Amino acid sequence: MKREKAHIIPPAERASPDLSSGKYLVMWQGPQHPGITGNMSLRLIAEGDTVVDCETHVGYLHRGFEKLMERRLWMQNFPLVCRIAVPEPDFNEYCYAAAIEELAGIQIPEKAVWLRTLSLEMMRLASFLMWIGGQAGAFGHGTIIQWSVTMRDYVLDLFEELTGGRIYHMYIIPGGVRSDVPKGFLQHVLEVLKVVEKNLDDIELVMFHNAIFKLRAEGLGYIPKEWIDQYGITGPNARAAGVARDLRKDWGYLAYPKLDFEIILGTKSDAYERSRLRLLEMYQCINLLRQIIDAMPKEGSFKEKLPNPLHWKIPAGETYVAAECTRGEYGFYVVSDGSDKPRRVTVRGPSYTHAVSVMERLARGTNIADIAGLMVSLHTYPPEIER
Amino acid sequence: MNTTASALAERYGARNWHDQRPDLASVVLDPSKLRDALAWLRDFGGYKHLSFATAIDNIERGAFTLTYTLRNHEKGHNLIVHCDIDRGHPVMESIHLLWEQAWTYQREMREWFGIDFPGSPRVEEEFVLEGWEGPPMMRRDFDSLEYSNATYAERPGRETHDPASYMKEKLYPEVAG
Amino acid sequence: MSDKKNTPAPLANEGLPPEERGFFCDAAPREYAPAQGVLEDFYNWARSQSLWVLGFGTGCGAIELRPLMTSRFDMYRYGIQPRPTPRQSSVFVIGGYASVKTLKRIVRSYEQMMGPKFVVALGSCTINGGMYWDSYNTIKRIDQYIPVDVYIAGCMPRPEALLSGFLELKKIIREGKAEGQNEYARNFDWYKANQKNVIKDWNMPDYNW
Repeated sequence: MKREKAHIIPPAERASPDLSSGKYLVMWQGPQHPGITGNMSLRLIAEGDTVVDCETHVGYLHRGFEKLMERRLWMQNFPLVCRIAVPEPDFNEYCYAAAIEELAGIQIPEKAVWLRTLSLEMMRLASFLMWIGGQAGAFGHGTIIQWSVTMRDYVLDLFEELTGGRIYHMYIIPGGVRSDVPKGFLQHVLEVLKVVEKNLDDIELVMFHNAIFKLRAEGLGYIPKEWIDQYGITGPNARAAGVARDLRKDWGYLAYPKLDFEIILGTKSDAYERSRLRLLEMYQCINLLRQIIDAMPKEGSFKEKLPNPLHWKIPAGETYVAAECTRGEYGFYVVSDGSDKPRRVTVRGPSYTHAVSVMERLARGTNIADIAGLMVSLHTYPPEIER
Repeated sequence: MNTTASALAERYGARNWHDQRPDLASVVLDPSKLRDALAWLRDFGGYKHLSFATAIDNIERGAFTLTYTLRNHEKGHNLIVHCDIDRGHPVMESIHLLWEQAWTYQREMREWFGIDFPGSPRVEEEFVLEGWEGPPMMRRDFDSLEYSNATYAERPGRETHDPASYMKEKLYPEVAG
Repeated sequence: MSDKKNTPAPLANEGLPPEERGFFCDAAPREYAPAQGVLEDFYNWARSQSLWVLGFGTGCGAIELRPLMTSRFDMYRYGIQPRPTPRQSSVFVIGGYASVKTLKRIVRSYEQMMGPKFVVALGSCTINGGMYWDSYNTIKRIDQYIPVDVYIAGCMPRPEALLSGFLELKKIIREGKAEGQNEYARNFDWYKANQKNVIKDWNMPDYNW
């Protein structure tokens, strides 16, 4: 049965329902809720089955990173910055290290550039695998998460072999990376990629040709093209609408200018198309990893010699470094005043706009059972909203 | 970029254009001209994307430096726009009508620094803290460690191996006392 | 079951507006004595084999709960299952640091859970504040606010460490030493005073049953 769903754009103004009329129910989805990506909550006002108003409440994970970073030396911040975006720590390390290197004028060796790209692409694959389990689970499809999180565990095993840690690696440091690839590591990566690729074929068959997933996800959370600049939407949410923006191509950082890949675009940004686009990006990621392993120089130093990091003073200045993480533009704005501690560090996370402004607008008029699926299709991680 | 620099200087009195990288520059404006300059950059300069908006507490010179970072996707250029406001009376015009996500950044700045943006939607609401009774916590004169020690109970057993404090306590207590 | 002569005074519930106080619980929690001999051993064995975890990812530690639940580390074979509501769960896994806003919901969820209930605290942030020891928004010792039965150290603890922690919890339950709930009821005033000291806007009942 083929049905064309009309794309209803939700209203821009908030509804002000009369709560004493008995027609509306105020409920909180989260923070203690299995249908929330992380630890944040949505205050929903529902009329029957349809959500009329939505407010995003964040702050459950606020640790005051920006304040804590001002109290620690430049080098001491590395264990701290990993934990800002918990499921995807490597992008934090890269942006912070790149900002320090730019301010201090440090050049990193060639091999370190490739190792950093390898680390970031592996992280992207692991993060997407976690996401796809959540997206399927939000619509009731419980098998996918068992497969994809197991695949992700294989990638985390690779990270453990490379860096020593499963979740928080602290691998990318100013001057390069912390250690060289162990013997036989690249062969392990290729073997894992074979297994993951086969599993992605299975996932595509089971999820994207499933009638229930198609019925529920098509037309859900439609983002029109005009919103991309109005709301500052980046990443697969924007690319699914047909806007060709990818910082790996536009910004051209690390080894990406030397790699051969195209920006994947969709035609309309609804939950189904966004999920499909992310699946294609996972295949692209596997392809990029194979290219990186082929092109990586076998010899060379992986780290630049640095002055004593405990007595390190970075020259005064400010810079903004951004990378394309799985969700969009992820950036660090670092201000130094010439002392041994940062003056101001701020983190620009893509979920800041996706989970607050965009989510609140898209939730109006959605069925209450689809709110979880809508939120996961925007791929938001709460820790980077409130840092 | 040079055309943007000269246009901003001529129309809005922008100064201190600094090229940090080929694709990153920064400029300083007056607070009264900032909103018009941002609107001009968005509509005519091609800087359609607002990356983020935040503030820096320059307590030494008694000012908050507001920072807005814009991106021009066609040219691949980022522009950081600064403006200084008085720290004793921190109020700034709101830009929530220019970009739809700006109200969230302004709400955060109100809670974290105490900078008010009159007219911005829901700017009075709490953003990340709940029931916070202290001063705006990102200000440089707020000591996080002192607040934490005073409010949250600690488990004994943390020890320091700082030689200065060891000497003060163990070897020369009469001087410390 | 309850002893009418020794019922304590009802709770004040001052955080609630006067018209709502009648809707909420105003009795403090009470202790439960164990059953006699072999019956209690049997109950403890049954409780240890069926640990249902509350689905609340409070902090960083939640990232290692997904691998624990799925097919590689598979906690289902130990009888551990995630449940969406506190009314159906018996174990509360505190995944790492707790900000003040989350602590309020932790207290609320913990008090809503059905007994016998146990708490497993992951990570070093629950022990002494961990990496965020100088933060203005994270607490440093979770056992000041709710009773903890097992601590699992690490940052984050690996799924194998979590499984080993759960096995330790099972051992403690079978020995009859997992008395967190009774300890909470016994020292209710102390815990409540600590919680109210930190959670400034208390707009819920004193005991969230």
